Amino acid sequence: MSTSRMYRIEPDALNELIQSLQKERYTVIGPTLRGEAIVLDTITSASELPVGKTDEQSPAKYRLVDKAEKTFFGASVGPHSWKQFLFPPTLKIFSARKRGETFEVSEDIESPESSERYAFLGVRACDLSAIQIQDKVFGGGAYRDPAYLRLRHQAFIVAVNCTRAGGTCFCTSLRTGPRARVGFDLAITEVIDHGHYLLVEVGTDKGEAVLSSVTRRPAQDEEIEGAEHAIRAAAQLTGRSLEPDQTREILYSNTEHPRWDVVAQRCLACANCTMVCPTCFCTNVEDVTDLTGSVAQRVRKWDSCFTLDFSYIHGGSVRPSSRARYRHWITHKLASWVDQFGTTGCVGCGRCITWCPVGIDITEEFRVIRETYLLNARGKSST
Amino acid sequence: MASVLELSSDRTEVAASPMLPRPFVIKKVRRETEDTFTVELDPREGRSRFEFLPGQFNMLYVYGVGEVPISISGDPAGSTLVHTTRAVGAVTKAMAELRRGDVIGIRGPFGTSWPVAEARNKDVVFVAGGIGLPPLRPALYEILSHRESYGKVVLLYGTRTPSDILFKDELEQWRARFDLEVFITVDRASAGWRGNVGVVTTLIQKAGFDSRNTLAMIVGPEVMMRFTTIEFIKRGVNPDSIYLSMERNMKCGIGLCGHCQFGPVFICKDGPVFRYPQIKDLMVKWEI
Amino acid sequence: METLERILAQHQFFKDLSPEYLTLVTGCASNVRFEQDQNIFRVGDEANQFYLIREGRIALQLFSPDRGHITVETLSEGDILGWSWLIPPYYYVFDAKVLDVTRAIALDGKCLRRKCEEDHNLGYELLKRFSSLLEHRLETTRLQLLDLYGVRS
Repeated sequence: MSTSRMYRIEPDALNELIQSLQKERYTVIGPTLRGEAIVLDTITSASELPVGKTDEQSPAKYRLVDKAEKTFFGASVGPHSWKQFLFPPTLKIFSARKRGETFEVSEDIESPESSERYAFLGVRACDLSAIQIQDKVFGGGAYRDPAYLRLRHQAFIVAVNCTRAGGTCFCTSLRTGPRARVGFDLAITEVIDHGHYLLVEVGTDKGEAVLSSVTRRPAQDEEIEGAEHAIRAAAQLTGRSLEPDQTREILYSNTEHPRWDVVAQRCLACANCTMVCPTCFCTNVEDVTDLTGSVAQRVRKWDSCFTLDFSYIHGGSVRPSSRARYRHWITHKLASWVDQFGTTGCVGCGRCITWCPVGIDITEEFRVIRETYLLNARGKSST
Repeated sequence: MASVLELSSDRTEVAASPMLPRPFVIKKVRRETEDTFTVELDPREGRSRFEFLPGQFNMLYVYGVGEVPISISGDPAGSTLVHTTRAVGAVTKAMAELRRGDVIGIRGPFGTSWPVAEARNKDVVFVAGGIGLPPLRPALYEILSHRESYGKVVLLYGTRTPSDILFKDELEQWRARFDLEVFITVDRASAGWRGNVGVVTTLIQKAGFDSRNTLAMIVGPEVMMRFTTIEFIKRGVNPDSIYLSMERNMKCGIGLCGHCQFGPVFICKDGPVFRYPQIKDLMVKWEI
Repeated sequence: METLERILAQHQFFKDLSPEYLTLVTGCASNVRFEQDQNIFRVGDEANQFYLIREGRIALQLFSPDRGHITVETLSEGDILGWSWLIPPYYYVFDAKVLDVTRAIALDGKCLRRKCEEDHNLGYELLKRFSSLLEHRLETTRLQLLDLYGVRS
């Protein structure tokens, strides 16, 4: 933090930040209450944030509770992730219009929703990593996803450092959190232990410009230290872990591990984990025509490797069993992702654990496989 | 800042086109067998010839119905774009109904190609099983058009029954050539069939090639490709000189939709043509 | 006889067979030629021979009243035709019909059976070779049965 510019702003001034973003023509998206969960949606003032709320999360369990302090960012991640804005669940790819014998194709990617300028308020370190992973997926190869890139280029990111570990989080072990290190325009640490204030770190000139109309003053050393302390506490309180080394060797050498059968007995193949995962990127396309048949459209939709249709080739599915589908998902996430994109596809946000209806825990499934691997490796080296 | 933002936005415009089908007009439809047909296509607006490498595929779009990945089966030097496919799903069945003058949307070409350059000065053995002949044909055309650069050239082709044999006239012409050996076999023969009966792997021992200097290109069902590969290795062919073309569900063709993953590889962009050692371990695993 | 022995020695099937046994086997061998459409043997014939095909093509067939002569497998240069001579009660179970003019070396099964009984080492050498041949045929037959190119429904 030492080299960057740090400011202290008061809780009341958070609204000024939102207004400043709006002045810059950003649509501000932040955490907000909907029913019994915190979701991500458009907000116009700080009062729409989940003030004074926190959450209790454990496998297959999510509950909001009130807390004593009037924090803005007291809860950890909910079911939504930012991918729904940069990589919309449904996206029109093109329209084709019948013209006599032939048809004309026009690109729909330039639709209003893909030219939206988003400011994301409250991006956790894990989710920031997730965005950077999707950057590689959609923008790092020979072919890029123009819709994603357009939205991504325009997005403004206000990260929020975690000062509390969520019940299913494991970012610390994956070194993706709890602090946001790169990739933000502004990063906020909300401190409550020594009076309630927001420490704001500037990541870009764009961030500095937005902050210029917000009431602020340079942060003092003890204010910076207060934030540091709170982040360290969160890191220490993270209850789960996933050892990120050797994931490829471990999973590739255990494709026939009996644990896959065990997890398959629980897995409903409901696809919840892939929907809430901030990095899962698989899509399907639907080709539809209007009633007259004169206009056809292609719509891209989020898809999941847990469906039977996902791997269908003329006559059958390549992965008919849920055993194979779970194995594919976790192997992709933790191992083949590394081959494909140079990083794992897991950021330790814990959503797949919380939102799995039967509470399957990726850290636990991987731990079991890993232990077998280590046992075998030890057995080999001792003989 | 991280990776993607270094990309200039003008590059995103280039990226848009691989997602949009271009209209091509059907010049000719030919029924090859009861369920397999060939279409010859021309770009709609006097655009230049369709350039591709042998082994690559296109995404073929039938207006309003959907899109499927199909390998290119024509001559890379030819004037039209040629695809041969079997009517098995909704899109290919709709395609089978199309006639001369109808329009198909094309995205592509995508994917890796056959190692025709690497095969120079070697004996080349093509092994096709069933609908696996069309994806090999462009490489065969290319090698035959530079025939002097290659050693022995052999085509081994296995189908289900005699009536499933594709490109019959062309196979007859090829059989008549002195610089190309063609062996055909069927799994099931009807009475009156005087050709070979037996799986295509049994042909490998009949084809005289110099196993130490041979390059093999194989397309067919995975089980057939696995046994064919084993047979080549038994005969002393270097595993590095064995190439296969793989198939998986594909939606985008450009490595973005995730459907065609085969372990760590995307069939659409890392394949469909692979050197055998690249995918050897995956081929013996179930439900990968 | 000398050329026959050399041909046998060079054939994959008799690879690594000791010269002594090779001479013995050659003693049971003779050159044969079959014309197109000729039947080398028919189902139910006593199986007293097997053949090492040097040139030509042969179809192993079954006759079915409703489907006619159905070829289950074709054999050609380098292949071994017939193993019924080795397994009691020594009757052929397929028709062997010549598709293209065939030259082969016929091996007298009766003679070989007797020699194998007298010398079990020779018997073992031949059984090893035939079991490997059977294994290969079984494998390819299984693949054939898989109907790999059919459309799954």
